[in-house]
Formats: sequence, C-alpha cells, structure tokens
Amino acid sequence: MTVSNTRQQVKLSDAVQRIQPSGIRRFFDLASTMDNVISLGVGEPDFATPWNVREASIASLERGITSYTANAGLMELRSEISSYLKTNFGTSYSPENEVLVTVGASEGIDLALRATVNPGDEILIVEPCFVSYAPLVSLVGGVPIPVPTSIKNDFKVLSEEIEKRITNKTKGIMLSYPSNPTGAIMVKQELEEISKVIIEHDLLVISDEIYGELSYDSVHVSIPSIEGMWERTILISGFSKSYAMTGWRLGYVAGPEIYTKAMLKIHQYAMMCASTMAQYAAIEALKNGKEEMENMKVSYRQRRNYFVKALKDIGLNCHMPGGAFYAFPSITITGLTSEEFAEKLLLEEHVAVVPGNVFGSGGEGHIRCSYATSLPHLEEAIKRMDRFIKRTNG
Amino acid sequence: MTEKEKELLHLLEKEGRISTEKIAMMLDESEEKISELIASLEKQRVILGYSAVVDWSKVNTTESVTAMIDVKVTPKRGVGFDEVAERIYRFKEVRALYLMSGTYDLSVVIEGKTMSEIAHFVSDKLSALDSVLSTTTHFQLKKYKHDGIVFEDHDEDHRIVVSP
Repeated sequence: MTVSNTRQQVKLSDAVQRIQPSGIRRFFDLASTMDNVISLGVGEPDFATPWNVREASIASLERGITSYTANAGLMELRSEISSYLKTNFGTSYSPENEVLVTVGASEGIDLALRATVNPGDEILIVEPCFVSYAPLVSLVGGVPIPVPTSIKNDFKVLSEEIEKRITNKTKGIMLSYPSNPTGAIMVKQELEEISKVIIEHDLLVISDEIYGELSYDSVHVSIPSIEGMWERTILISGFSKSYAMTGWRLGYVAGPEIYTKAMLKIHQYAMMCASTMAQYAAIEALKNGKEEMENMKVSYRQRRNYFVKALKDIGLNCHMPGGAFYAFPSITITGLTSEEFAEKLLLEEHVAVVPGNVFGSGGEGHIRCSYATSLPHLEEAIKRMDRFIKRTNG
Repeated sequence: MTEKEKELLHLLEKEGRISTEKIAMMLDESEEKISELIASLEKQRVILGYSAVVDWSKVNTTESVTAMIDVKVTPKRGVGFDEVAERIYRFKEVRALYLMSGTYDLSVVIEGKTMSEIAHFVSDKLSALDSVLSTTTHFQLKKYKHDGIVFEDHDEDHRIVVSP
C-alpha cells in the first residue's frame, strides 16, 4: 500500500471500513468469466415484468409525466398499497401518513435502521438471511446479533433462541419470512409464539416481507397482523419479487406514523422520491396485475416441487421451502464446506449456486439454489450436480 | 374438475411433450395417478390431441398460404348455424371454424398451397353453399404469435449470473 493510499484510507469512515463486501460478489466475478454456466444463483424472478405493467409506465412517459412526485410517493399508489395490505393481510395503514414508497425494499431496510438505531444498540438478526441486514446495522453504529436457525426446525426461528440473546441494549429484531435464502415460512401460531417474547421485552420489529406473496402451501401471515405487533412493527415490502419488477427499484414501508414520519425525513433528503415512471408501473401492477402474479406463483410452486424432489433423489437433504423461490439443501454429505462445494461445482460442472455461509450463522453446510429458472435448466443443473456429488463422494 | 386436473391441463397445453414423471414431481403426485388422470381426461375428450407449433416459414420446401374468411350465412330453422358449420368444417382445407358475434357469422381459417388454391376453394366450395350469402377473404402476411407462442422471440435472460 502506498503512502498516498494510506492517507486516503484515513479519510474513509470507520463505519464503512467495518463492513465487508458481500460474499456473493466473489461468485459473481468467477461465474461471469465462464461459459455455459447454468445459474441457480440468481435472486430474482425469471419472468419479465408483465406487459400491462411495462405498458403503463411507457404510457406515463408518453404523457410527459417525468417530474418528481410527493416525497412519500404518489397518493394513488399509496392508496393502492394501503388497500392491498388490508385486503391480503388484514393490516390497516393510512395512505396519508403510514405508507412510504421507497427505492426498492432495500432502501426501506436502510431507512428503518437509520430512523431507529442509536450507536451501541443491539439488533437481533434472524439468520441465515438476506446479505444486507448486518452490514446496514453496522453502518448506523448498531451491533448486529445473529439469531441462528437450522434445518432441524425448518429454519423457523424459536422464541427461546430470541430470548436468550436479549440484553438491556437490545433495540429490536429483523425478521424476513418467507426467507431468502432458506425459503422458510412461519405460520400464524409460530409467529404468535415469538411475538410473546418480542412484546414482553418491548422490541421493535423490522419485518422484511418482500416474498410475502410467494407462499405456496399456506396463506402468508404478515407480522403486524398479529395482536400487539402492529404498533411495534415496520413492515417492508415491494414489487420486485411478486410482480417480477426487480430492476424498477420500487418498494415501500408501512408502519405507525411515528416511524414513517422519521423515515420520510431521511428519504426526503437522501432520495427525494422513488422513480416516477416506476410508481406508475406499480399502480398498474396493484390494480390489474393479480392474475399474472398468480400465474407466476403457480409456476414457482411447480418448479419448487420438481426441484426439491430432484435434490432429494440425488441424495441432498432439503426441507420443503414454503415460500420465496429458493431451496436450501444441506451438502454436508460431501464433506465439503459450502464455499468449497459452490466453487468446485462452478469450476467443474459450471453450475452456479450461492454458498450458505454468506447468509450468516446457520448457513454453513448449505447452498442456496434459486429455482426461478426454466425447467430444462433445472433438469440440467440436477444432472450436473448428481455427477458432481457422485464424483466427490467417490 | 379438481384444481390439480386444471393445473395438469395447463401444463400439457403449454408443453404437450412434458413427461409424466416430471408432471408428477411438479404436482406432487405419483406417476400412476398422473397417468390415470391423463387417460381419463383423454377419454372424456377434454384433451383432444397433442400437436407441435411449427414455424413453416422456416421450412422452405413447403410453401403454404393461410387465409381467414368472414362468412355471412342464413341460419336454418331448428339447427341454426350448426348444419352449415358442419358442411364447412368437413373440408380438410379448413383449419379452424368459429361462430362469431358482429358483422359476419362464421370465421373460417383456410390453409392452402397457393393463393389461387384458396381462391378456388372460396369460389367453388364455400360460396357455392346455399346458406352462404357472402365471403370476405383476408390472407395472412406474417405470423407473429400463435397459440400464445411468439414466433420470433427476443426474450433472453438478461439477469446477472449471481445476485443476492
């Protein structure tokens, strides 16, 4: 390192130097240089956004609607979000002051943490989980405390696991069911169980329910719909997964006004508003997108059934993921670590998966496979994985 | 009809060649059960056949022309349009036939080797029928989409290989 680099380095914040780049990045770089890769590493739908949604956005551009919107988002969109949440999950949020449209659910997570975490506050994070939670907690000076889950309990979080990590510094807990990467879901009774502990210790809940629509065997239960939880929960969701709109970067947060007002303060300075054309697309998605969304959901469920059965057939232990579009099989029978397995599989068989350890504690020994890819690709991936496992196990 | 049967039909409608084994895995059923369901749906003539969607424009040895003909007819007492419809759809040139609402009655889809072959069919066979009052023939110039399948599909996977 040169002297000038060191000098530059001291100009970086302690916070940013504390966090590491995502472990997914390395696999992306590696896979990008290779040919004939079948990727099960993609964390987004394989459908393009439904045409009527794209067309609505084109129409808004044609009408010249290219200016800012209100900081909190178009009123029409907030109203649609509010009635969508009411109809589907039975939760009430006033569109005027309890809903905020964000640049993807990712911004929502960041806003929620920035608005609530003081330096030194401990935030419990149910893991394995989406890669951004812990780094974002660290960035605002909070202390991420992992709460591990395991295949033994189908990656559902247990109340005693939460309880034994609560200290007098614990501010809140981050949850995300259906889960990326495990596909796990929590049914009503299980949520009520953990809610007792959460309420007893007066914790704040940041609930990332971006995969809420993609629940296959039972209706998704939204955490704020559980008694005593609405007033302490910041709900985060968006359009990326259910409406295949990842590139639009459009999400929302909903919660008690005290939180949404605080988040709006940050959002108005940092972001102004979410993209206007994306907001028009989202209105169309909520108004007329249900059928397409249901069709995509059926297709994910069918591919899930196929893929999980196929994984078991080639000898990998895998719980039945109730939601999202990921399978999270155990690869311990190969004797390899997650990283070794993923790297060798990529180099030798050109199949990209994401090693489970990058998603935090409880992830080691597993790989994340996204089944949001075509059936022929899934078949071919299974064929190659089968060959790989047989060779590895000798 | 059960939800599972409907789902099975949608799968087969989308891809007639899909294996029973794969359907069984996707619908979380045994293969025997799926075979049984398919056999029974075939027997009830809910499933009428399995065919491929072919882009014949890529097969240069087989020139063919498709026309859609709007036909006005006089319905007959007692049988309505059905009798004349049957007389029309029995011609092997007729690929499809629909009874329509609006300014004409029957929509006939005809396939032939050349335009004159179709013209010949219209003047000699179709217009010659007693019930047929008039015909308007439209020739297809290009097929963009057929049975839900886009012929020149440019939809590639644009996603990055690995993402969170």
